[in-house]
Amino acid sequence: MKNFLTTACLGMSVLALSGCATNKTQYYWGEYESLVYQTHINPEEALPIVQIEKLQADIQKAKSANQSIPPGLYAHLGLMYAANGDKSLALDSLNKEKELFPESTHFIDGLINRSINNK
Amino acid sequence: MLKSLFQIAFLLMFVSGCATTVEPYDYTALKESAPRSILVIPPMNNSVEVTAPYSFLSTITAPLAESGYYVYPVSVIDSFLKENGLPTPAEMNSVPLEKIDEIIGADAVLYVSIDDWGQKYNVLSSVTVVKGHLKLVSVKTGGLLWDAPIFAQYNPNANSGGGLVGALVGAVVSQIAGEITDNTPLVSRMANNNAINAKKRGLLYGPYKVIKEKQ
Repeated sequence: MKNFLTTACLGMSVLALSGCATNKTQYYWGEYESLVYQTHINPEEALPIVQIEKLQADIQKAKSANQSIPPGLYAHLGLMYAANGDKSLALDSLNKEKELFPESTHFIDGLINRSINNK
Repeated sequence: MLKSLFQIAFLLMFVSGCATTVEPYDYTALKESAPRSILVIPPMNNSVEVTAPYSFLSTITAPLAESGYYVYPVSVIDSFLKENGLPTPAEMNSVPLEKIDEIIGADAVLYVSIDDWGQKYNVLSSVTVVKGHLKLVSVKTGGLLWDAPIFAQYNPNANSGGGLVGALVGAVVSQIAGEITDNTPLVSRMANNNAINAKKRGLLYGPYKVIKEKQ
């Protein structure tokens, strides 16, 4: 009886604890935030061309995992294309961010007008 | 019998860790404002670790977005602010809300302060500490919408540590944990997840949250 109670309690507490920790995410995060880290902390290890490759791979992986692209990823990709001198690909990515998240429209439009078109 | 009662009490203590009797947060202002988008300003750093603000910045998008908010691209925003004459987080934190409204159009701004960050060396072991504060403010009114202290520490030598990190941080982190030798992002994620997903005091879900139906 004692053993049964202990086991039951253990089982219940494991269940309750696991309720706290959800592992499934709404978005496919891939390398995006890791690249944000590298961009600021180790920029030499995250050149735009390397970042573009990794982000494009993530976009493919998200598609095959049937998960959504997280907010900011396409804009970040656009920044990398711009840094790499690919103006039209930068614009495509920035527009994709707007398409997925209309909240970004005002900022992205301003960014395009101020930064991209002036370079 | 007495022994098993103790065992039950002990386990109940663990279980109650999930649902402690904390005072619920007053969500009146947050519900009224109902922001869709959050601009994260690079943190004010009160710690001695110079990399703290940007290490933190790489850990805040996922928990906010997973809670259903549009989060402006943190690196793009940072480089935009730098190009516009604001070279450091301290200066970025003093941008007036009217300017943010005019140029970025965010509904809410998340101001972050970091009070303690990084490796603390003790006699027998070292722990990584992240301690700070999050403050969500309405861009239109300047009113406080939500705030929370953030805190986590991680001792890589403690046996339970890895399991706890794994359990709390989950899938988002496992993909990058192996690549970065600096474990402050990992601890920062724990701290953010604890604050944002706290029962009764966490951040309410935003408009993008997909609620999965329970089976």
